[in-house]
Amino acid sequence: MTVPLTLLGLLEREPSHGYDLKRDYDAFFGRGKPLSFEQVYNTLGRLARDGKVVVGEVGPGEGPDRKRYIITERGATEVDAWLAEPVEPEPHLQTTLFAKVTLALMLGRRAEAYLDTQRAAHLKRMRELTEIKRGGELVDALLADHGLFHLEADLRWIELTAARLDALAERVRR
Amino acid sequence: MSILSARGVALSFGTTPALRGAGLDVDAGEIVAIMGPSGSGKSTLLHCLAGILVPDEGEIHFDGRRIDTLGETERSALRRDRFGFVFQFGQLVPELTAEENVALPLLLGGVRRAEAVRSAREWFPRLGLDGLEERRSGELSGGQAQRVALARGLVARPRVLFADEPTGALDSLTGEQVMDLLVDSARAEGTTVVVVTHEPRVAAYADREVVVRDGKAYPLSAEAAVS
Repeated sequence: MTVPLTLLGLLEREPSHGYDLKRDYDAFFGRGKPLSFEQVYNTLGRLARDGKVVVGEVGPGEGPDRKRYIITERGATEVDAWLAEPVEPEPHLQTTLFAKVTLALMLGRRAEAYLDTQRAAHLKRMRELTEIKRGGELVDALLADHGLFHLEADLRWIELTAARLDALAERVRR
Repeated sequence: MSILSARGVALSFGTTPALRGAGLDVDAGEIVAIMGPSGSGKSTLLHCLAGILVPDEGEIHFDGRRIDTLGETERSALRRDRFGFVFQFGQLVPELTAEENVALPLLLGGVRRAEAVRSAREWFPRLGLDGLEERRSGELSGGQAQRVALARGLVARPRVLFADEPTGALDSLTGEQVMDLLVDSARAEGTTVVVVTHEPRVAAYADREVVVRDGKAYPLSAEAAVS
């Protein structure tokens, strides 16, 4: 998650105080990893320095919470460009899973047993995410879904690899 | 305490072995997913557990009673009175209304029509099917038809519900809704569920999984594998 761009995106909705930005970030994007106020104000400071936000009216009282931040044209352009860009697809070709299976076969160990254990661990996590999804609100469900689909992709790979273990064993033991 | 168990079950179709000594224990009230690649024998195992197929070797026990040695008539009665079924494509009778489809297991079990239809109707609001009672299967969406099939599988309050790829013909969101309803209904009724699926997202609704490979069933454990 890119914190500066996310905060900029939140500011594009409406000018906000740092406190409101932190609250909304934590509610939608933090999910167990809330931002510290220091992170929020440091990030806003950098965005202001780079001309992507300006400080608007300052409310009564003292302290950084009195400042209201407004996105600039430059900031809005950056948010637009970021939203339009696809995320880099990561092929995960050299995963730990792959390394374990290949090494197990090289060492003459039971790669199938390892794959079953991994499959059980993945399914256990999928059960937990399914529970979260069934009991939670829509935002929790969407995040759980993201995790579920990725775990499912791993499981498909595990399934296919299990079916190819003999051929793979022959290949790596040469 | 196991309500359902298979011991050393083997079955061949002609010269092709489908099961080669599969074993499985299912506790009362448990939801168990049977997974495995295509052709592994997972559906055959479900059919043996449900008394649809008779194994060549091995034993199947339900509620403390051996069922693989029963004759077809007794197994048929067992399936009707004690088991419920949901298959991939709903398999509703197209000539009957949704309500009549749901009532079917009760009618076949000798319940009077008015009583059977009354019991069937109770399931429509529970499964979000209000207002669809009079529709025929051709007038239902895939998700609606599968929920009607689920109601039919549960209407006779079976001890065990067997589900074979219950979401296989549905998109992700509709499949999820069917699984939510299946699990909620089974838990509320205390029904044991054996679900065959190749979809991990469906298996994740179960309490545990077994994988069928080369005709044998293996329980999955996340404990470290012994090399």
